[in-house]
Amino acid sequence: MAKILMKGNEAIAEAALRAGANNYFCYPITPQTEVAEYLSKRMPEVGGVFLQAESEVAVGNMLYGASATGKRVFSTSSSPGISLMQEAISYIAGAQLPVVLINIMRGGPGLGGILPAQSDYFQATKGGGHGDYRVLVLAPSTIQEAVDLTMLAFHLADKYRNPVMLIGDGMIGQMMEPVEFPETYKESPLPEKTWAATGAKGRRPLIIKSLFLDPVALENNNIQLFKKYEQMKSEEVRYELYKVKPDNQILIVSYGTMARICQTAIDELEGDGVSVGLFRPISLFPYPEKELKAEVDRANIKTVLTIEMSMGQMLEDVEKAVCGAKPVKFFGRTGGIVPSPEEVKEQILRLVTTASGKGLPTRRGGETWIS
Amino acid sequence: MKTTFERPESLQDVVTHYCPGCTHGVIHRLVAESLDELGLRERTVGVAPVGCSVLAYNYFNTDFLESPHGRAPALATGFKRLRPDMIVFTYQGDGDLASIGMAEIVHAANRGEKFTTIFVNNAIYGMTGGQMAPTTMPGQITTTCPFGRDVAQTGMPIRMCELLSSLMTPLYLERVAVHSPMHIIQAKKAIKRAFQYQAEGRCFSLVEVLSTCPTNWGLTPSSATEWVKQNLEPYYPIKRFKTPDNSGAD
Ligand SMILES: Cc1ncc(C[n+]2csc(CCOP(=O)(O)OP(=O)(O)O)c2C)c(N)n1
Ligand code: SF4
Repeated sequence: MAKILMKGNEAIAEAALRAGANNYFCYPITPQTEVAEYLSKRMPEVGGVFLQAESEVAVGNMLYGASATGKRVFSTSSSPGISLMQEAISYIAGAQLPVVLINIMRGGPGLGGILPAQSDYFQATKGGGHGDYRVLVLAPSTIQEAVDLTMLAFHLADKYRNPVMLIGDGMIGQMMEPVEFPETYKESPLPEKTWAATGAKGRRPLIIKSLFLDPVALENNNIQLFKKYEQMKSEEVRYELYKVKPDNQILIVSYGTMARICQTAIDELEGDGVSVGLFRPISLFPYPEKELKAEVDRANIKTVLTIEMSMGQMLEDVEKAVCGAKPVKFFGRTGGIVPSPEEVKEQILRLVTTASGKGLPTRRGGETWIS
Repeated sequence: MKTTFERPESLQDVVTHYCPGCTHGVIHRLVAESLDELGLRERTVGVAPVGCSVLAYNYFNTDFLESPHGRAPALATGFKRLRPDMIVFTYQGDGDLASIGMAEIVHAANRGEKFTTIFVNNAIYGMTGGQMAPTTMPGQITTTCPFGRDVAQTGMPIRMCELLSSLMTPLYLERVAVHSPMHIIQAKKAIKRAFQYQAEGRCFSLVEVLSTCPTNWGLTPSSATEWVKQNLEPYYPIKRFKTPDNSGAD
């Protein structure tokens, strides 16, 4: 199929349809409302279900009910809306149902703003709802990748019977790029959905639940869940290296839109003779911990620089992975400000000068900072 | 000898956890009988609430989903929209439906979702040990209104059937009770009718059932039924509010 120019939000919507998810529940919120608008036209064409609910609380629970049929279901929202879905996400994870959620993040906390941010990293990767559970989290950095990962998300949700969240930001949602949809979407075979509620005809009734009043039963259930998360850790780690070379002294770790801006900065610095590499996690849970450590351990690497559109959330996972082996620095903008490649370059150059002994300004909480 | 009374096929052969004299069990039976008589069991999925009937899935011989507190109408909506051929019902207490889940029930009803809601009104939070519900009567003592419900602070009890009746879309709303054989027979008819309408793909339906909570009311089972008659019935009139054939109140 030829490439077509599409807005990120619409491309994600179309990708979901092509992954066989013609069941969508939503509540409008900037900067992702185009998904709902697009699907309100497309769903009737494919004979799917489109429903605008009364709230994201309801959306989350509609997904819970809908996924119990065994069909592919999804929703898209942005930060405050995803917060409201956390109740359902915890229940869905507990009940082991496949659901895909897309968070086109905006600045927070609270009502925050409507511009791009990456400040829901903790919420996505560390829980968000109550209880011992994890959500598989994927972070695209281009619209093509958003298409590919959206399709993959449905496969992974079915494979693990678990919520899968795609996190992008307002940039991914709003910008336009040429994209290509696979002619037919092929994925490895999935087990039959014998867990779906289809009516107790000729079999014992089936119960989809997360309630285990007996603590031993609940502990066993949670241990089973954690085995699943361990399997994700061994099978679903995804990341990309950009211009990672033996002579790099600095390794940037960045994801999503921010990683793309870092790539531009790296390209320009290359012309100036400064060699910097980029490690871009694509799966944020499971986090590519071992893979990152292996890159950081290379002899030439002096410093790791984490760059995010937040006050430093992924930073904690980077520090954990690096485990003190090398100094980890941080640069970030928040509130919906997208750093320019020039700002990134400036930070890298400061780091380079420091590496040669000029002393590093430590400024956290200001306009820009490295600590 | 001729068998005259059997366990409905739609109920499982298990021991109940409900307190003695609690009418949750009676209501379960009426739902099960209705499903049996209409031949719907094999294509039914129930949605259990949070409350004393959270374990409803242990009793019904149908597929079941367990929902977060108050959200059963949203789960039912999601399921039924994708499987309009199946019979879906929510079974919810008054705390579940009229407090935390108020938005979900009002909007599901207003969209005319074609499922059935069995709304069990016992004027108290049973499961958590007898706190005030939105349906608690003025002056009624509960653990969170130990001096009796003060309507100056908390408003008057919410009448869900009356409230939903103001909406144009929901077409079958009826309030029944189960504190006497006559009431039980009427309640059965209402519940069966609600499932019948769903089987015909007609409308959203809600049957409110005045129920008892002898444990948290601090009454014996027999005085609890008397309490329903004396205190609940006058404020929550037993009434058919709307049917699809006669969409006004009768
Ligand atoms: C989000 C949330 N809040 C509170 C609770 C605690 N809770 C469990 S049951 C219940 C009240 C249920 O009362 P009602 O719906 O009247 O049912 P009953 O037990 O009387 O049958 C509450 C508040 C919960 N489980 N989840
Ligand atoms: S606490 Fe009340 S509502 Fe709950 S089972 Fe006992 S009597 Fe019934």
